[in-house]
Amino acid sequence: MNQSIPKTFVLGLALALAPVSASFAQSGNDVFAEYREMFGDDNPAELAEMQGEEIWRAVRGPKQASLEQCDLGLGPGVMQGAYAQLPRWFEDAGQVMDLEMRLLWCMEKQQGLDVSALRAHPFSEQGQQQTDLEALSAYIAAQSRGATVAVPQEHPAERRAFENGKRFFNYRAGPHDFSCATCHTHDGKRIRLQDMPRLNTVEGAKGSFPTWPAYRLSQGAVRTLEWRMNDCMRQQRLPGLQHGSDVAIGLITYLGVQANGAVMDSPGLKR
Amino acid sequence: MGNPMRIRATIKGDTTEVKVLMSHPMETGQRKDSAGAVVPAHFITTVVAHHNDREVLSAEWGAAVSQNPFLQFSFKGGAAGDKVKVSWTDNKGDTRTDEVALA
Repeated sequence: MNQSIPKTFVLGLALALAPVSASFAQSGNDVFAEYREMFGDDNPAELAEMQGEEIWRAVRGPKQASLEQCDLGLGPGVMQGAYAQLPRWFEDAGQVMDLEMRLLWCMEKQQGLDVSALRAHPFSEQGQQQTDLEALSAYIAAQSRGATVAVPQEHPAERRAFENGKRFFNYRAGPHDFSCATCHTHDGKRIRLQDMPRLNTVEGAKGSFPTWPAYRLSQGAVRTLEWRMNDCMRQQRLPGLQHGSDVAIGLITYLGVQANGAVMDSPGLKR
Repeated sequence: MGNPMRIRATIKGDTTEVKVLMSHPMETGQRKDSAGAVVPAHFITTVVAHHNDREVLSAEWGAAVSQNPFLQFSFKGGAAGDKVKVSWTDNKGDTRTDEVALA
């Protein structure tokens, strides 16, 4: 019976497989670009944005306050363009904060909420609903779409965060003697099918920073820059990165400052 | 009741193009959680779309559809002020209906 398989079938199969394997061998980006095109302007991140908007407006906590008075750096309640200028120094908190740290601060101080659970589990697991931080990040970042990235470097602490980030970016550690720089300082490098952006250059940073937070199709969830940093540490086999730690804020500042001048286009859509 | 959908409907000549984003976990029933326990199946089984009172789409879905599904379709007709209504029902009997007015 096997010998009677029509030749056309075998030939058709070979032809069908050839172009696919050839394009996959180069990079997953071309294939993914097509996929993204099919979505057009639609992005499942919008579902998270809707959830985030609800949380932003909701009156919650013992202090019966909404987040609408939360100062994201441009004044209480000002969202437009705020994400494009984070992380930054906050006088009232006495530290450099990214969006997620700032939101936690507002929830704690202005709403009186207990945020210890959210701090311990800032990212949703597969199949779960987005956490409040992820949903709010998607919503607030969307209000900066089209804004120019301008991560400030005026306060000494902001400059220190940049230096910390740069230092850690190049710091080799762990069982594989890896640093961020091992993967992210070359052109044409990839992990499996993913092209690695060259994040020690302005061009590379500009291509990356404005696309976060992003909806990850493979995870069915919006992921934030804190998540990205955290997962990069895991991939380097380094100890878990503490949410909002000096290293996390430093790396995000290092990336953001180099991306200054780029135009925000997030939430993005990624593999 | 499920989470809200995002529906966009635009009139394009004599047809109307509809794009729907649904919020749903679409668990296949094959996946195990971190403790090794099987995550029960939970997915949309039927989707129905109406243009005013006319049914324009009816679909049977299964576990192979992705999480947070994106659905695009078009139908003939559609004028400003008309309603486009989309409903889904999942295997746990949960259902969600949202509608938009054509602009």
